[in-house]
Amino acid sequence: MAKPRRLSVVDVDLCVGCMMCVFACSRRFGDGGVARSAIKVASIGGIERGFTVIVCRACPDPPCASVCPTDALNRRDGGGVVLNHRKCIGCGNCVKACPYGAVMWDEEANKPIVCMYCGYCAQYCPYGVIEIEEVKN
Amino acid sequence: MPVKDPLSRVLYIDLTLKRFWVEDRRDLFDKYLGGTGVAVSLLREELPRGADPLSPDNVVVFSVGPFNGVYPMASKTVAVFKSPLNSNLGESHAGGRSSVAIRLAGYGAIVIKGASDAPVWVSIQDNRVQFRDARALWGVRSTHTVGRVLREVEGGHGFRSIMRIGRAGEKMVRYACVVVDTFRHFGRLGLGAVFGSKKLKALVVIGKHSIPVVDKPAYRRVYDKIFKSIMETPATRKYHELGTSENVLPLNALGALPTMNLKQARFNCAEEISGEHLAAKFLGRRVSCAHCPVACIHLAALREPYDREPYFYKTTFVPYDYEPIYSLGSMLGVCSTTGLLKLLDKVEALGLDAMSTGVALAWTTEAFERGLITENDTMGVKPTWGDYENYLKIIELLVDQPNEFYATLARGTEYAAKVYGGEDFALTYGGNEMPGYHTGPAAHLGFATGARHSHLDSAGYSYDQKTVGKTIKVEDMVDYLINEERWRQVLTSLVICLFARGIYTPQVVVEGFRPLGVELSESDLLRIGREIHLLKLKFKLDEGFNFSQLRFPKRIFETSTPHGRLDPSFMDTALKLYQSKIEEDLQKFSSAG
Repeated sequence: MAKPRRLSVVDVDLCVGCMMCVFACSRRFGDGGVARSAIKVASIGGIERGFTVIVCRACPDPPCASVCPTDALNRRDGGGVVLNHRKCIGCGNCVKACPYGAVMWDEEANKPIVCMYCGYCAQYCPYGVIEIEEVKN
Repeated sequence: MPVKDPLSRVLYIDLTLKRFWVEDRRDLFDKYLGGTGVAVSLLREELPRGADPLSPDNVVVFSVGPFNGVYPMASKTVAVFKSPLNSNLGESHAGGRSSVAIRLAGYGAIVIKGASDAPVWVSIQDNRVQFRDARALWGVRSTHTVGRVLREVEGGHGFRSIMRIGRAGEKMVRYACVVVDTFRHFGRLGLGAVFGSKKLKALVVIGKHSIPVVDKPAYRRVYDKIFKSIMETPATRKYHELGTSENVLPLNALGALPTMNLKQARFNCAEEISGEHLAAKFLGRRVSCAHCPVACIHLAALREPYDREPYFYKTTFVPYDYEPIYSLGSMLGVCSTTGLLKLLDKVEALGLDAMSTGVALAWTTEAFERGLITENDTMGVKPTWGDYENYLKIIELLVDQPNEFYATLARGTEYAAKVYGGEDFALTYGGNEMPGYHTGPAAHLGFATGARHSHLDSAGYSYDQKTVGKTIKVEDMVDYLINEERWRQVLTSLVICLFARGIYTPQVVVEGFRPLGVELSESDLLRIGREIHLLKLKFKLDEGFNFSQLRFPKRIFETSTPHGRLDPSFMDTALKLYQSKIEEDLQKFSSAG
């Protein structure tokens, strides 16, 4: 079986704030826009100061999973979580639990959005800011 | 347009009544795509004919198009309004996050009418519009501070656009701009003054919705094709590496870089203000508009010591692009790179259009040399080529307008030259200050005839550069300008950044529409482009524009171009031919309904 992977922010100082990754993430579902993106790029107080790239880092012991009242967030081998949509009641506890703010919210579906570590976004990053990598043991 | 696409929703905001409502205007978006086409249609509907641009009657329309939020480099928003600078069609485009925010907030256009009695900022998120008290932000020294305050108090971090005016807009300097997300601008033709007249300090738009696509696999395929061509085309590499400032040295070598109010077309300090020099010594960061991988926005890090405090430094990030470098650099004979950066920072902080400001200062300097204005008028400041310290003072004064001269200069170069003389060397077209290309006849004819009197209307500068050493046929040149301007109406209705014009060929645009459920042929697109162009010209004619009143500033005939000295009779013939072709076409257009 393939080793588990995670998305890594390699060098945020290379980020130009183009949001190509953000758009790519929603495009996985075939739509335009950003409503279903699990990755976010925002300036750190004005674009002259640079950007922050917020995405799930695949914690080995994820706090978001611990606070889910319905066990909708299942721990994944190699860290991070997998969302079971059927169990999720949209309480938003997971959003509050993540110190990075990396659990996004799908306003249209009222459910969390968490990175599934597919690496689709990284293919569109022109500057090598993000990369998909195998999880180290 | 697909049924589920929210593009056809138009948000109307009345600042007088503090009301807002949404209307579905599928009729307009089906006919004119979005962007320029829809914005001009809405302006025609809403603006009373002959309205005073600085009265509550003026209307501002922001519009995006079907490709925004969907395809890369569809990153621009179009703003139209009645221009306080030339009392006619005002059209200006800006990037930043504006187009993505408006589109993903679920709107295709925003129409702003009326005027507030007290300063407000307007905040838009989803179906909510809030009028917020901006009295405390009025009069703040820098647009940077306004941005910083709004970033703190508004939500939607990462998915919003903050458009605001500076003191120049508040004081209704007729070439005040609207600063977008820091370092991008609705620069030309005075939108900032219109905001100021409406007591509208800022517009914040937050949007993070999705755009439904009909054929999803096809969408991803077309997207990838466009993305690949953006990444591989040398045409976008230029903007990507040195940015637009790459143009300084080639244009200088060609003898096409307007210098010291176009007394010359070569600048002996071109090296100091070149993209190469700025990149080597000052480039601090490169940033991008939302949904554009190119990152053409170049920011210089200007490090200045404090005079009275040892070991204290201030580092300011200053955006630089070819046009502001021309207008505040070579046009003013500024050889000091830090001096140029200080001038760029000053117009950014005050919210002035860099191009108009530079040309106005260049006219001022020459008028001062010739004694048309004196130290009495300038309040003791001596405008002198290259003396950026004095130019910094003059910029402050033309915003504050403490006397008649500065109040006059704040109305634009053309107006000031009418009052004080010096029209022969007032470099304006249709009331708008000239862009930085003295490349030959096509550039100047394009400035005159373009609907927004911009180099971006019809790219005459490009035609000139391709034809250096060849004899230009009047008819070919005129046809090129008309056809180019028409195709650009399509691009700016989608709304594609014009730096991607080489990527979005008619064929690619057709392919791009298909996954969205829209079948348009190349000839449909060309027809729509022609209609939008004529619609704009009709608007202009109705508002008093007249081809026969257009003038070429005498100065352009005195300084040689890469095509040699321009011949006034050649230019006159070209203008007349342009006029007759347009008039003929307008007649056909009108009789076709």
